[in-house]
Amino acid sequence: MRAPAAERFGNYLLLIVFGCFALAPIVSIVVAALGPDDGGSGSSGLGNFGKAWEIGHFGTYLRMSLLVSVSVVVASVLLSILSGYAFGTMRFRGAGVLFYLFLLGIMMPTEAIVVPLYFDLRTLGLTDTYWAVALPQVAQSVAFGTFWMRAYFRSSSRSLVEAARLDGAGHWRTLWQVLVPPARPALVTLIVLVFMWTWNEFLIPLVMVTSESLRTAPLGLAFFSGQYTSGFTLLAAGAVIVGLPVVLVYAFLQRHFIAGMLEGAVRE
Amino acid sequence: MSSPPGEPRKIGYLYLLPALVVYGLFLLYPLGRAVHLSLFEWDGISLGKFVGLSNYADVVADAGLRAAFGHALVLIVFYSVLPVVIGLALASVLQRARVRGLAFFRTVVFLPQVVAMVVVAVAWRHIYAPDGPLNDVLRAVGLDGLARGWLGDYTFALPAVGVIGTWFETGLVTVLLLAGMARIPRERYEAARLDGAGSVAEFFAVVLPAVRGEIAVAVTLTVIAALRTFDLVYVTTSGGPGNSTSVPSYEVYHRAFELGQVGSAAAIGVCLTVLIFVITLGVNRIADRGTA
Repeated sequence: MRAPAAERFGNYLLLIVFGCFALAPIVSIVVAALGPDDGGSGSSGLGNFGKAWEIGHFGTYLRMSLLVSVSVVVASVLLSILSGYAFGTMRFRGAGVLFYLFLLGIMMPTEAIVVPLYFDLRTLGLTDTYWAVALPQVAQSVAFGTFWMRAYFRSSSRSLVEAARLDGAGHWRTLWQVLVPPARPALVTLIVLVFMWTWNEFLIPLVMVTSESLRTAPLGLAFFSGQYTSGFTLLAAGAVIVGLPVVLVYAFLQRHFIAGMLEGAVRE
Repeated sequence: MSSPPGEPRKIGYLYLLPALVVYGLFLLYPLGRAVHLSLFEWDGISLGKFVGLSNYADVVADAGLRAAFGHALVLIVFYSVLPVVIGLALASVLQRARVRGLAFFRTVVFLPQVVAMVVVAVAWRHIYAPDGPLNDVLRAVGLDGLARGWLGDYTFALPAVGVIGTWFETGLVTVLLLAGMARIPRERYEAARLDGAGSVAEFFAVVLPAVRGEIAVAVTLTVIAALRTFDLVYVTTSGGPGNSTSVPSYEVYHRAFELGQVGSAAAIGVCLTVLIFVITLGVNRIADRGTA
């Protein structure tokens, strides 16, 4: 059944209008970043990025962000595989209660925990360290990751596990050689989500960090936008530098982002 | 809850242990400490004074805090109500039409969800600036009287922040609803049409009941996002002008780390947590009742 031409035209118009609405702010910042510098540095085009990189110290911030993101991803994915395996394939007393405890963490807002965390970590002398930025985020991601991997392991074939056991594989080998390899799509989704959340996180580094060398990219951008007032071009270039890594990953793995953010929520 | 597969295994505790330790130390324990701190009046340096529930009484009594929660309600309209209404209209039209390029459209409208909020804030602060693109457009079409510094205006700063929320939540809601509508069997539309239903009647009879679950998820996600607006307010307005855009999450930060009212900040954080739990459970319960 084909819709009348006028209706089809209307539908495409709707697609284009809303597509533009979604893209316009992002495009405007990219365009501004590529124009002649209105701050008077004389740079333009791609040169703006070099200038912003230099003035805004984005190299330092990106390095910190990369370090934090990669380590949070590695730690939380590993821990989530282990805990998801336990919840998804084994029966033990208290499993139900413990699982609900993890679900609590998915809903818990950072705002509630960041205040006591700061003062307790300060007592321990751990504020303004890499650990104060990374560990709370590992905990947050483990809450979601446990939930995510449990759902995967529960849905994965039981006969697979039983066959492995008949072959004499222990629980450790069953996990890594039988269950994890086919879990790759679920793992990729988990990895991209945790990477995005960690890269974009703002409140935790804002509260925990005072040294410039420990600032993450969004935090560095926020400070840069407060201090650099001579124009918009270099600020826009800085914003592009900070936003680009996640957008690049999204460009290649968008299905994982969309599926993860929607399914993760639906199964709640 | 149905029982998990597999035989009883004590080794499960060992697999759970590392995750539980990190989770307990950096999420559960701090939550308990937040409740504890919320019972004190403490500046973060000297000795705290036990004040019982008075920090919680302030959430209701303190005009500034009441205003912050009121602003959050306004943001919920922009973050949640508008995107759900727009998303429903958009998704049902697109789903019916089966237009080409829908996959690309999904990728584009979802994009704002993955861009760091600080970047979003920098972009919109520029758009709203006195000499920014929005005012340029208004002046170009002869609406000079409307042009203003949107984020510095007592009346318009909060709606201006809200529109940013509408901007990045509409895509998420639309994609979510499109997925839900794609699962509606073709026959149901045909049955409705045979009964003589027009597109509006069809929407209320077929589409709306079928995507109840997706609407519940959309409402939950967007309301929580509205309640947790921090980065955006911090970078665009810092709660100003005056306190016209202060919101609960901003008050948590402002009180704990700028004003030295740690107990009050902790109490707001605990209230936010409770509110988010209640909303999540409540919305899902309503949705479940609908499908049962």
